[in-house]
Amino acid sequence: MGLENLMGEGFLTTRLESLINWCRKNSLWPMPMGISCCAIELMAVGDPRHDIARFGSEVMRFSPRQSDVMIVAGTVTYKMAKVVRKIYDQMPDPKWVISMGACASSGGMYRSYPVVQGIDLFMPVDVYVAGCPPRPENLLKALMEVQKKVQQGRMAGRREPLMIE
Amino acid sequence: MAPKRTEAISKEKILQALEDADTTFLKEDPLGTDMVLNMGPQHPATHGVLRILLRLDGETIIKAVPEIGYLHRGYEKLAENMTFHEFIPHTDRLDYLAPLSNNVAFVLAVEKLAGLEIPERAKYLRVICCELARISSHLVWLGSMAMDVGALTILLWAFREREKLYDIFDVLTGVRFTTSYTRIGGLAQDMTEQCEKMIWEFIDQFPEKLQECEALLNKNRIFIERCDGVGVISKEEAIDIGLTGPALRACGVEYDIRRADPYLIYDQLDFRVAVYDGGDSLARYYVRIQEMRESVKIVRQALEKIPKGPIKAAEPKQVLPDKERVYTKMEELIHDFMVVNFGINPPIGEIYRAIESPKGELGFYIISDGSGNPWRLKIRSPSMVNIQALPILLKGQMISDVVAIIGSLDPVMGEADK
Amino acid sequence: MDEMKEKVLEKLNEHFKHSILSTSEFRGELTVVIKKEDIVRVCEFLKVDEELHFDLLEDLTGVDMFTPSDRFQVVYHLYSLKNKYRLRLKVHVDERDLRAPTVSGVWSTANWHEREAYDMFGIIFEGHPDLRRLYMPEEFEYYPLRKDFPLMGIPGSLLLPKK
Repeated sequence: MGLENLMGEGFLTTRLESLINWCRKNSLWPMPMGISCCAIELMAVGDPRHDIARFGSEVMRFSPRQSDVMIVAGTVTYKMAKVVRKIYDQMPDPKWVISMGACASSGGMYRSYPVVQGIDLFMPVDVYVAGCPPRPENLLKALMEVQKKVQQGRMAGRREPLMIE
Repeated sequence: MAPKRTEAISKEKILQALEDADTTFLKEDPLGTDMVLNMGPQHPATHGVLRILLRLDGETIIKAVPEIGYLHRGYEKLAENMTFHEFIPHTDRLDYLAPLSNNVAFVLAVEKLAGLEIPERAKYLRVICCELARISSHLVWLGSMAMDVGALTILLWAFREREKLYDIFDVLTGVRFTTSYTRIGGLAQDMTEQCEKMIWEFIDQFPEKLQECEALLNKNRIFIERCDGVGVISKEEAIDIGLTGPALRACGVEYDIRRADPYLIYDQLDFRVAVYDGGDSLARYYVRIQEMRESVKIVRQALEKIPKGPIKAAEPKQVLPDKERVYTKMEELIHDFMVVNFGINPPIGEIYRAIESPKGELGFYIISDGSGNPWRLKIRSPSMVNIQALPILLKGQMISDVVAIIGSLDPVMGEADK
Repeated sequence: MDEMKEKVLEKLNEHFKHSILSTSEFRGELTVVIKKEDIVRVCEFLKVDEELHFDLLEDLTGVDMFTPSDRFQVVYHLYSLKNKYRLRLKVHVDERDLRAPTVSGVWSTANWHEREAYDMFGIIFEGHPDLRRLYMPEEFEYYPLRKDFPLMGIPGSLLLPKK
């Protein structure tokens, strides 16, 4: 993680770290893992009414190598879990994960044989968003919570997830 | 003799080194001229989690094998464990671009099984819901297909119109999106004056907004080159492979369930069925644009003719009563308790009922054993059968056409994988 | 509709009298139960005949009736575009002999429907060009829609990646 290793502790470096975190939080590029119905609300977050571009997430990068935050939107089945984990591993650090909707957070209304009851069984999660599907304003609030986390410099390994109602 | 044998063995060893738990190869000359490309489940343009394996010769596709099942949620098993009313929210998530359409389809099937007759006002309202859902689904199709082919503006314009529809659904049903609006025997709540005004405003300004989008695409040289003659399927092949909906009507077959097997009040309304010849992506585009215009006409007629009256059938043993009466009267409380806990108990038998959803023919096959849960519920999903036609459509095309063809076919994985 | 029903029954009785096990009707829909071995010839006849012309196979499913004999059924929904008439055919499959002939030679849409019936019930369709699982991953060993398979699945049958 290049920028962190450049310098040690001290007043100037904490100022610099703040500056870097501010830059990072205002240009979070999401990687939309849009699997089912929540993906449509994810597309609606990008439309002219609830503009996600004003939060700095100008482009929805579909390539994991060029994105910061992964938004898992939809029901994850056992067949798809391998693929989601692979894409998560391909993202470079620092990275954050938003689990959007009831199905991704806990299996949702599908208590059945092929559905994974929550993506936190196989990958770390930063923010959970409730709703089936959550309104776009909810997702924007989740993005703002991730921005708060980025500003405080917390990321992989030292994360406590937050719940958005 | 000896050099040929070592060459074969070294090819074999390279292949074995490349294989792992996730990858397999076609063993017929893969390091020679053919290449296997995986358009994986996570891809910006495959409209959901669809995986296609392409065998390529340069840029031309020789064979394509689609793989589905990445969103299989076990609907049919879930349906056997819950009552008919409890399954209505699950039908929303089938074709999640037009949830009202699926609600109507399921409730029509259950009412045919139980032998219920619904009041006139409910029929007109259901028709309005179906047609608004058709417009909203086709708007997403228009935005995605144009985006896949390269015209990004249309996506934002289509979603702007869709937000207006979301506002209408918000006032009518209470939710933007996954509505669960219909109930067995009628609807959940009535349409208010404000909602009616909003629908009139929407359909008054929609045709000219559609005209704006068409003006960008219809005479556009790039769009026409990318869609004309791409992904052609003939009439006999289309019927044989089970294609239904706009893709079949683009081959010249006039099969629309609203005309062939009318449900609700479609036999009293005046509209044209859009049929084009050609069987390629451009014909499918024209069919859907025409369908949107016809939907506006249908909604206008329905709003003019809608009668006043109740919206739920008067069958206490099978229809959920109104909430105000449940809280104040004893009879309704008992009926509510029985219907919610034990189900509607239709007679023993089996039926099949299909409607014309925006994607094709959506059918429900229900076997009932007399209890509140269905014994077997099968969903005939149009997207699964339409994806089966992909190998025929993709044969001989270039890689960059794959996106245009999938876009013109418009599959929805929530429906295809059940 | 009634005249179509009479015509269908008359032609089936004329050519396939010994293949028909029973017929029934419910809510205006005709169901005909056919012997398992003759289903392909019946389907070919229904598709090719000039008057009946059932050219669209709408749906093909399996059903688990959970009876001691003839446990499974395969149900075919046929539709005729010309006559606008729908017909249902059924075939009984016993648990001890879980095979049925394939109709993917008659209508190519039956290909994926039969794969789904195999995936969910375990019914093997003889002569099918490509019989593998459709929805569940290949290494899954059970058949989910049978009545003795629990709704939440069997723990350990599907694997998750490590955290």
